[in-house]
Amino acid sequence: MNSQIGTSGLIFNEPQLWDKSIPGRCGISIPSNDVAKIELSKELTRENVEFPELSEPDVVRHYTRLSQWNFGVDSGMYPLGSCTMKYNPKTNEVQASKQEIAGAHPLIGDDNSQGALKLMYDLQVMLAEITGMHATTVQPAAGAHGELAGMLIIHKYHEKKGRQRSKIIIPDTAHGTNPASATLCGYESIKVSSDENGVLTPEAVAELMDEDTAGIMITNPNTLGLFEKHIKEIADLVHAKGGLVYGDGANMNAIMGYVKPGEIGIDVLHLNLHKTFATPHGGGGPGSGPVVVTKELEPFLPVPIIAKNNDKYVIIEDMPDSIGRMHTFYGHFNVLVKAYSYILSMGAEGLKNVSEYAVLNANYIKESLKGVLNLPYDRPCMHECVFNDKKQAQFHITTMDMAKRLLDLGFHPPTVYFPLVVEGAFMVEPTETESKQTIDEFINAVKTITQEAKENPEILHSAPNITKVTRLDEVQAARKPCLRG
Amino acid sequence: MKEINQLELPEDLKYTKSHEWVKKNEGDTVKIGLSDYAQDQLGEIVFVEVPEVGGTFSKGDEFANVESVKAVSEIYLPVSGEIIAVNEELEDAPELVNESCYDKGWIAEVKLSDPSELDSLLDKGAYLVTLKG
Repeated sequence: MNSQIGTSGLIFNEPQLWDKSIPGRCGISIPSNDVAKIELSKELTRENVEFPELSEPDVVRHYTRLSQWNFGVDSGMYPLGSCTMKYNPKTNEVQASKQEIAGAHPLIGDDNSQGALKLMYDLQVMLAEITGMHATTVQPAAGAHGELAGMLIIHKYHEKKGRQRSKIIIPDTAHGTNPASATLCGYESIKVSSDENGVLTPEAVAELMDEDTAGIMITNPNTLGLFEKHIKEIADLVHAKGGLVYGDGANMNAIMGYVKPGEIGIDVLHLNLHKTFATPHGGGGPGSGPVVVTKELEPFLPVPIIAKNNDKYVIIEDMPDSIGRMHTFYGHFNVLVKAYSYILSMGAEGLKNVSEYAVLNANYIKESLKGVLNLPYDRPCMHECVFNDKKQAQFHITTMDMAKRLLDLGFHPPTVYFPLVVEGAFMVEPTETESKQTIDEFINAVKTITQEAKENPEILHSAPNITKVTRLDEVQAARKPCLRG
Repeated sequence: MKEINQLELPEDLKYTKSHEWVKKNEGDTVKIGLSDYAQDQLGEIVFVEVPEVGGTFSKGDEFANVESVKAVSEIYLPVSGEIIAVNEELEDAPELVNESCYDKGWIAEVKLSDPSELDSLLDKGAYLVTLKG
């Protein structure tokens, strides 16, 4: 029997903790109090604080049951395009959890933090080396925060030059956060369209680039998973008009070890350590968005910067042209530890292999599925490929139906309806960490679904059918959201 | 989704390439909304952000946006002018854009600053050509 990965099993219904609460129940024995009681002032107290009263097994089973409703990268393939939901080796978690690292405190001073500072300094150097840039800040807390730091640097650069500019060019294939970061710096976003091959042309940029334009924000590879092959020419013409080139490095896992952004004209770039460099991503936990810059832009980096002074690592606060502080202390240190551990354990060759496999896997899927799904841009892709539902329209099946049906078959859905330049986009990013066997199972699942679209469309319209929660009414959820905890 | 021949496109309205409709009222004012094609393509609309009354915009400016289950899309002002009224019912009932795009689902009323701009808009026939393009 050809058994599929997704199946149904025993899943528990589970109420909210408050509904399980029994008055007087407690999970721990509280030691007797040896401190004299005092009365708190009225402003500090209130009546009827609603804490659920529960035993330890009540709580453990509650969260275990909720976790069983979930789909995670530890349970199956998660081909969510643009998000890089790859499997992260557990060794990096182990390193970040070591007592010496997890217990480090930023207020104990440089002398007592030499190990932590060395780690951050070395990571700054490694990230600059990987990207071909000159200097790094590891302070920003996430990708969009890194973007903001990068755009503030560009803003400061123009300010120092003596004349602020008012606009920034952003391609239609950019990440949605790009215009937001530019707007926060006071720049008006000017959209430039990609051509019929899905990439930017120097001509289109030249038409918009003028001396009131601060620069351009480019994601390379772009959100269609395509390499912006005219990047150097575009960078040159932006530079010629006094602008700077911002690189969104969120898709760095496609080009690491092969392309150094510093060598193709990028002036500022952010990285997503929580995508490319081994921190689990998508759970709302801490991320990290270091920014790397050219030598010319180094004075504008946020303070503090970790530097090496002879054999001692020091924290430098005194940088008169700095854009200022972006985060408390030095950013999300535990994410930095995982990136450091990942880079050292992979080594230079290993990081090149990451890019090779990410690109190979995506192209394998693209070639394997382009017979059953429409492929709007049929050319070699980088780490992700974008299909749409055009071939299924005749059966009244949409991208959303196919995405939901994948859950029944044991796969997380891909990214849907993004990027916006592809109508009904179905965007697959397998990442470098999936084996050929798993990818073949995914390809077969999609082929099964496209067959069902012809023969049994009803099963797609109602999908997912075997999950704990079946098709949600997303319209109602968005129009009348229930925000109760 | 609808085929092009299933679209409802009233003859007395003007249209834009970005799928807004414009209806000429008394004086130099117009009513603006999204075409049947736009609401059909967007799918079920869950939120409409309307501009403030009194705001002035130029032709082609983003003046409102509309969120469907699929995506957030900008709405561009077909003609320059001042916003003199907005459809406040959309706040509680964004589905009016789907159910009645030319009537109850209107988005804003604008006082024209340059009435000659109306001549640059598309009539039904020209709009249909862009849809078939």
